[in-house]
Amino acid sequence: METGIQALLAPLVVSIVALVLMMQIAFKRHATFSWLLGCSGFILALLALKPMAEITPQTVTPLLVSDQYSVFFSALILLTGLITTLLAKDYLKNRTGENEEFYLLLLLSSLGALILVSATHVASFLLGMELLGVALYALIAYPERGKLPLEAAIKYLILSGAASAILLFGFALIYAVLGTLSFAGIGQALNSTIAEDQQLLFLMGTAMIFTGIGFKLSLVPFHMWTPDVYQGSLAPVTGFLATISKGAIFAALLRLFIDAELYQHQALMLSLSALAIASMLVGNLLALRQDNLKRILAYSSIAHIGYLLITLIVYGVLQQPGLAVEAATFYLTAYIVTSLAAFSLLSIISSNTKDTELDDISQIQGLFWRQPILALMLMVALLSLAGIPLTAGFIGKFYIFTAGIEGSLWVLLAALVIGSGISIYYYLRIIFQMTMKVPVSESASSALDPVTTPLSLVSKFVVCLLIFMMLYLGVLPQTLMQYLGGLSL
Amino acid sequence: MLLLNLILILLIGGAIAWWSERLGTHLPRLIAVFVVLIDLAYLLNYLAGIPLEQLSVVPDAADPSSWLLAYQLDWIPRFGISFQLAMDGLSLVLILLTLVLGVIAIISSWNEKNDRQGFFQANILWTLAGVIGVFLAMDLFLFFLFWEVMLVPMYLLIAIWGHEGKAYASMKFFIFTQFSGLLMLLAILVLAILHHNATGIYSFSYFDLLATPIESGMAHWLMLGFFIAFVVKLPGFPFHTWLPDAHTQAPTAGSVILAGILLKTGAYGLIRFTVPLFPEAALDFAPTAMFLGVAGVIYGAVLAFSQSDFKRLVAYSSVSHMGFVLLGVFAWNSLALQGAVMQMVAHGFSTAALFMIAGALQQRLHTRDMSKMGGLWHHMPRMGAVALFFALASLGMPGVGNFVAEFLVLLGLFAVNPWMTAAAALGLITAAVYSLIMMQRAFYGKPDTDLVVTDFAWLEMTAMAIMIVALVWLGLYPQPVFDMVQPVLDSLSNVVSSTSAAVGAQ
Repeated sequence: METGIQALLAPLVVSIVALVLMMQIAFKRHATFSWLLGCSGFILALLALKPMAEITPQTVTPLLVSDQYSVFFSALILLTGLITTLLAKDYLKNRTGENEEFYLLLLLSSLGALILVSATHVASFLLGMELLGVALYALIAYPERGKLPLEAAIKYLILSGAASAILLFGFALIYAVLGTLSFAGIGQALNSTIAEDQQLLFLMGTAMIFTGIGFKLSLVPFHMWTPDVYQGSLAPVTGFLATISKGAIFAALLRLFIDAELYQHQALMLSLSALAIASMLVGNLLALRQDNLKRILAYSSIAHIGYLLITLIVYGVLQQPGLAVEAATFYLTAYIVTSLAAFSLLSIISSNTKDTELDDISQIQGLFWRQPILALMLMVALLSLAGIPLTAGFIGKFYIFTAGIEGSLWVLLAALVIGSGISIYYYLRIIFQMTMKVPVSESASSALDPVTTPLSLVSKFVVCLLIFMMLYLGVLPQTLMQYLGGLSL
Repeated sequence: MLLLNLILILLIGGAIAWWSERLGTHLPRLIAVFVVLIDLAYLLNYLAGIPLEQLSVVPDAADPSSWLLAYQLDWIPRFGISFQLAMDGLSLVLILLTLVLGVIAIISSWNEKNDRQGFFQANILWTLAGVIGVFLAMDLFLFFLFWEVMLVPMYLLIAIWGHEGKAYASMKFFIFTQFSGLLMLLAILVLAILHHNATGIYSFSYFDLLATPIESGMAHWLMLGFFIAFVVKLPGFPFHTWLPDAHTQAPTAGSVILAGILLKTGAYGLIRFTVPLFPEAALDFAPTAMFLGVAGVIYGAVLAFSQSDFKRLVAYSSVSHMGFVLLGVFAWNSLALQGAVMQMVAHGFSTAALFMIAGALQQRLHTRDMSKMGGLWHHMPRMGAVALFFALASLGMPGVGNFVAEFLVLLGLFAVNPWMTAAAALGLITAAVYSLIMMQRAFYGKPDTDLVVTDFAWLEMTAMAIMIVALVWLGLYPQPVFDMVQPVLDSLSNVVSSTSAAVGAQ
């Protein structure tokens, strides 16, 4: 049992800190103290990863495993959670109401993500996903006033709930055919032949699983909720949703896909290819006409998950990892860091307004001259999303291209090239807005301009850290590549 | 190390120029000129130190140690990517051109009242650094990196300091190059993976990839990936449409760099990568490519003739002139290749000068519309005389470099395809038409007596004088350039013929 605790140290730390935080709120509300507790929760959990990493791989009950893969994603999740918490303090300081629970929900949601990335069983998979999801509903609806957050929360609640139900039904069907619910068990059972009439039932089950996950990852045609939810949520929450929620679900999907040997099914691979192509093209095309930064990023995230799906299909074609796992992990890392930077910008510039968010493209006009460091961060983030060299996103795209070529997926690669070509337009549009002259009315009253207010120390630290990470992964990717090359599932 | 320093000096110099903005508005451009001159001196100092014979040694295209200079540093060993730079005569000539035109570009913006001087000069220096990186990079991954990264400062130059239509022009410029760049990236990666499949090791080094066995159908696609990326940049018909917009809307220094240097990266890529990497496919494709070249020569000239915007006219003339480069490369014989390289250098000077004149006119008259000009010789005799010289250079007057270049291309091409030669030679006539009509409409005719403008001052005249001397020197005594480039062209031809022979033997 000793090793069991050591192997789950980080989730345990997060749970304990969440409990402490709940007690603190029950006894005495104090926003700064809650914030400190939240931060310390993430930092302690990050420190706890070191002893966890020493004893990998370690199976803890049939439900969870602690291996290098889960430790890596746990680090990513905790770091993202920490950065979100750091920025949330500034963001919430002008927003009235009881803000202590915000940090509690962040901790709980991250806990769900931690469980998700180490899940080896359908039960823990669903448990993690629901913990992540339920805390997110509350986070999205956090502001007590305002129509948009409420609309977003209800949309997310209903669609996400429906998706979970479909997912559950899919797993039930698979259980009916195979009689097992652990990922590896499904894989083994699939190797022995299944009766002809059961084949269809099994395919139905996997189709429903991918529908459910497709909703959560917002793949086309299950993407409808994404722009509204992104726009309605508070900027830090959107950042959290775009990075941790999607990242953890994709990481879990990758494990399910490989352990349960779903890649052996041609029909599934075909439908995945269709989903990928549709997501790459539709996501990028719909982003072209948007003027709201959050909506642009929402549509671009649809396209990026489409790019990521290519790695799964490569696995299916090669029937062995090849570069697929390495490519997916690197791309996901780059995407999480980059999106986090983009949403951090939104939450920093919106932290001096009271009720509204500055998320329209015109509101960052002339940002280069008003807040150079923030503009630099957004520019690097956008170039990274567009896949320009020297940024993390380029190495990610390099990986996807290379993996796709290994699998000779020419049609998917063509869609990737076209999609990225389209995407340059809307990323550049934002950069162009930032280079424009400062609008006259705002430069006249710059004392009142929320954007030009000097940054707090914490924000400065976060901005520098994110710029550094995006560039480091793009310029010197060897360290991470080497680490990811050693990962196995 | 010298090669790395060439790039680093410009990069760091750019940062210093940006920072110096806060000390004074004139300081950045002084620093920028100084930085480029240091870079140039650094390179010349090296050249002075090597024996002359070394320049005439035919390098082995597959062995960097036989080149003038080589530098290698491990970078991403996971995929066999290294920071590999190497210089031979061809890159040397183009780097010299880049640095000289860099100085001229900075001088051309001397009197423009651009705000944020520091950032402006920084972007110029960074673009130069990127271009030099393109000319030096011998690892295809690194080459692609420089190829893409040099776009960003150029994009900012157009987007921030451009003229009225800058949003559209900068966007178009970026998307065209980026999209075609993605095709090249795909081709590079396929090539590297084919090499990996054949040998079991990842490598992106030009020297390793030269001998990759490629099945013929695939080779055609890969060649096309490289070809499109380079022809968009060149620009060749029908991928030229970004160029008139970008050139017209860019600030003067931007136009000078764009026309003088950036276009040459496309031509360089064709000579260095497209043909040597895929000789068979390139040979099959040559008639199509030459046809595109001829089409560019004539189409560019006709459109140049019908422009009323001074800068647009010069921009279309670039399309026409660069068509000759495409012809020269795909004729692939010694004469035509020499002509293509000479055209790159001569066109760099002549077009840079014409864009400087266009910029000077816009600054003085606040218009680029030639119908609002006329009789300017009367007000600005020095500028008029200079413009006449470069108009004549552009139309290929014997005695300047442009003539040597176009003559050699046509001569080399004649041996390959006489009919194409005949069609391309029409370009010489049309060039005379648009160059003279430009002079006629802007500088001759009845002067507007109320107009008060200042003529070129000594600084601008110095820049012009440098380019005039360069062009006349290239026209009268082109041998030094040929001597530097010939060994490289020989070695590339060896690669092409040996690979073709090997394929033929199979």
